Amino acid sequence: MSRVIVITSGKGGVGKTTSTANLGMALAKRGRRVAVVDADFGLRNLDLLLGLENRVIYTAAEALAGECRLEQALVKDKRQPNLVLLPAAQNRTKDSITPDQMKKLMGVLATKFDYVFIDSPAGIEMGFRNAIAAATEAIVVTTPEIAAVRDADRVVGLLEAHTVHNTHLLINRLRPLMVAANDMMSVEDVQEILAIPLLGVIPDDERVIVSTNRGEPLVLSETPSIAGIAYDNVVRRLEGETVELLDFSVNSDSWVGRIKKFFGSK
Amino acid sequence: MTIINDLLERLFPRNESHTSRDEVKLRLQQILAQDRTDLPPDKLEALRNEILSIVSQYVELDSEGLQFSLQCNQRVTSLIANLPIRRVKHDTIVSSPTPEPQPQLGNTSITDAL
Repeated sequence: MSRVIVITSGKGGVGKTTSTANLGMALAKRGRRVAVVDADFGLRNLDLLLGLENRVIYTAAEALAGECRLEQALVKDKRQPNLVLLPAAQNRTKDSITPDQMKKLMGVLATKFDYVFIDSPAGIEMGFRNAIAAATEAIVVTTPEIAAVRDADRVVGLLEAHTVHNTHLLINRLRPLMVAANDMMSVEDVQEILAIPLLGVIPDDERVIVSTNRGEPLVLSETPSIAGIAYDNVVRRLEGETVELLDFSVNSDSWVGRIKKFFGSK
Repeated sequence: MTIINDLLERLFPRNESHTSRDEVKLRLQQILAQDRTDLPPDKLEALRNEILSIVSQYVELDSEGLQFSLQCNQRVTSLIANLPIRRVKHDTIVSSPTPEPQPQLGNTSITDAL
């Protein structure tokens, strides 16, 4: 049974594409056949994060128009044979395809792959509706910031309304030091507000930028990174394993705290 | 000892009551309550005024401490009203067991609106 999962957020820039690239790659590494689909027509980026931009010949638009076969549009990953990318057209707008066309296309992919990840564009307009049309599951990505959480909440409501009921939360770019200083919402805070089941937490990690510079998803890196491990854990949860959240807790015995304790305050 | 603690507290305040984290949570809870119910501010204001006018028939309210907001918890939105009572108006309740203005807005219609 293949799973068609849309990765969405409402707000832009919270890590949808990075998450799509890493989850897809991590699952492929585990031996699953994975297709990652860029649904951001006109502003495609998933090819860049996977380092596959020079291999794109046809896109989903040509496949839909019958100008090529779907297999011709699929870009095989150069490092991981289990992973393919279906690129979005860069020279068209989000209104150039319809939810029905998207359903048809994803339906074909679902027969050939174990996982189909759809990287949704930001916003809640046509591009979003296309992206969620074929999905039976959703991963809502947010950062612990007010605008991202508000938009995520809106998207959760819209997914419900469009009968995508299996929705999970992925909290990205958590900064444990700021949470400890009470200057950022914690995982529990965000989860309490959005009230959907938590799939994982990705801490803020500079290595994410380095990996996008190179077009190599973090989960491929030989030297492990905290964000890469967190993505691996998300994938294990997707596969049904029970994996504890990473412990990001900052040592609360800061020197100020220690001095206060020494002088007998609570 | 306490002087040193006070000094430390002042130099490195713990900010337990009013951290930016508390503030963002509160702001989100309020804005999401509005987003989710899709109740425009003017309707909410009308609701507030109507409830206050009904309650005021029975009790005198302390207008300083009035609080009236939508809040959400576990994707359920609630109308939270905090109406401090200054004194009970005994005369109105006793004189009219079925007050006439009541049919305007009963309890059921409040929940219906949400």
